[in-house]
Amino acid sequence: MKERLFLKLYKSMYRIRSVEEEIVKRYHEGRMRCPTHLSVGQEAVSAAFSQLVSKNDFAVSSHRGHAHYLGKGGKLKSMIAEIYGKKTGCSKGKGGSMHLIDLSVNFMGTSAIVGNSIPIGVGLGLSAKVKKTKQISFVFFGDGAIEEGVFYESINFATVKKLPVIFICENNLYSVYSPLSVRQPKGRSISKMVKAIGPKVLSCDGNDVIKAYKTINRAISSVKKNNGPFFLEFFTYRWLEHCGPNYDNDIGYRTKKEFEKWKKKEPILRLRKKIKNKFHTRLKNIENEVNKEIVNAFNFAEKSDFPDKSEAYKGLYA
Amino acid sequence: MLSKEKFTFVEAVNDALHFSMKKDKRMICYGLGVTDPKGVFSTTTNLKKKFGSNRVFDVPTSENALTGVSIGAALNGVRSVVTHQRLDFFLLAMDQLVNSAAKWYYMFGSQKPVPITIRLIIGRGWGQGPTHSQNLQAWFNHIPGLKVVMPSFADDAKGLLISSIFDPNPVVFLENRWLHNTKAIIKKGDYRVKIGKSKVCVKGKHITILSMSYLTLEAIKASKYLYKKFKISAEVIDLRTIKPLDWASIFQSINKTKRLLILDTGFTTSSVAAEIIAKIAIEKFKILKFAPMRLAMPDVPEPTSLALTKNFYIRAHNIAASVLKSLKINYKNVEKDLKLVNPSDVPDSSFKGPF
Repeated sequence: MKERLFLKLYKSMYRIRSVEEEIVKRYHEGRMRCPTHLSVGQEAVSAAFSQLVSKNDFAVSSHRGHAHYLGKGGKLKSMIAEIYGKKTGCSKGKGGSMHLIDLSVNFMGTSAIVGNSIPIGVGLGLSAKVKKTKQISFVFFGDGAIEEGVFYESINFATVKKLPVIFICENNLYSVYSPLSVRQPKGRSISKMVKAIGPKVLSCDGNDVIKAYKTINRAISSVKKNNGPFFLEFFTYRWLEHCGPNYDNDIGYRTKKEFEKWKKKEPILRLRKKIKNKFHTRLKNIENEVNKEIVNAFNFAEKSDFPDKSEAYKGLYA
Repeated sequence: MLSKEKFTFVEAVNDALHFSMKKDKRMICYGLGVTDPKGVFSTTTNLKKKFGSNRVFDVPTSENALTGVSIGAALNGVRSVVTHQRLDFFLLAMDQLVNSAAKWYYMFGSQKPVPITIRLIIGRGWGQGPTHSQNLQAWFNHIPGLKVVMPSFADDAKGLLISSIFDPNPVVFLENRWLHNTKAIIKKGDYRVKIGKSKVCVKGKHITILSMSYLTLEAIKASKYLYKKFKISAEVIDLRTIKPLDWASIFQSINKTKRLLILDTGFTTSSVAAEIIAKIAIEKFKILKFAPMRLAMPDVPEPTSLALTKNFYIRAHNIAASVLKSLKINYKNVEKDLKLVNPSDVPDSSFKGPF
């Protein structure tokens, strides 16, 4: 049982990482023409989430949303085609990397505006309560969103109304290139601060997929018992630049030492070490399967047609 | 006769909300004060009693988040009517309105509509001042993906509110506080007025007066005076919907009258009036007998003191004077003829504030 879960978590993390790395590899070709925020280094939380979330549950996310979309079960082909601006994209080329949706798995959208999708996720939680459907709404955001007023408004409302919402903050220490030290007071714990507002909270190493799994599982159990919203803070680190396919440790906003420290906490290798040797051929098979899927998805995106330019003026009103 | 009974604008809004909540069992209604003893100027009275606190509720003072909440609910098929006691408070919610509500349908490939209605009440007079009186329909008009509705009469308030609620798109519903006590005969039950359709309030041939919200009442007053005194027949068209505008009816009227005056409750610069004049100038330049005119609020915040607002608002005499100017009639006593009965800061003698 344990090994099966480990293999699934491994597959999910490996898949997210490999998708992002394929984007990195091809971005310079100039065919993915939109701002793209990659999740390399931050795969663990989404992988843990992917093994716990029900298809009927809702999720929304931010500009850095590829991993959450894939974790929720969003179609890979549609996401890659969207980044390529094709009509087969999940938003038909209207949204790009920052506006992903897959209604077939209740992944309801991602927003480019920091904190913007938080109240929308809360509204999905409210709708589940109104309709009495037992669905949970998962809301993904980063540490930057904690500084937006709408975050406090949303978490307060969700707490007052005891809504089935799980707020997931992936704290990667930076808002674009601005470190936490210039944005929040020294010594602050985001999760402790949020606890004072009223939801249940937990914080955890966001690069340890098994711990992340247990933490999300606890939150889900609590929300299912109608205990109201849960706030989770995961500590993690993005390896690449804020937006784009490159490493940017040379430009001077963070130190090589800090980067190396986080690289040692790399989530995929950490899990791999816990998986017994006898399963390593299985891992190889998983990797081959994922690699094939990714090649297919990129081929699909490359071969898909662009939307007709007349489509730009259509679909504004329902 | 029961069918001829008149109801106030407030009662019309309340009726529309009751009807809609009964029709759509999932619809929710919320906003600061919606369930308090005053019930947002009595527009939300008895809703909670009838439909329960799961669907009708008071909320934290969080305009931005609560707009986002309505979007999320809409994505799961739950319609919301969100109410704000002044438009000005709602400015805190521009991110959710502009970046999300207006765009979610389009930017995700037209898959999931966002049916929300945002009721914004606009203050006027009684010292409402700089931040309780703003008519920002031009802002909302500027944003693709929104609809903007601005009723002037109680019956239209009911018909347009029901249409707004059942429209699959986000609708900004603007209510002028000075209209709340006005009365009209209102049809019972499912009464809808089509969004995007203006109404000819007074037929005429010499000039077209396009108007919106409270100013339509002043326009009708001016048109009656002009006919009585000068036999000038001014066609008064109440726009009812700002976005989408009823261009077909506007063009039809101007083709007939060849003169145009637009009344706008918002600031002059970049107003809805400016947009209409631009299009008329581009498309109807050759048929106009006189340069198009507009009366809108001056480009300063509305001051508070009665002394400062004495000549601040557009009244029937300003409208009549503009019409006379376009017809090159020289007459100096319009203001005297149309002297206000009540102080300039109240809609009628019954209005005693406080807001």
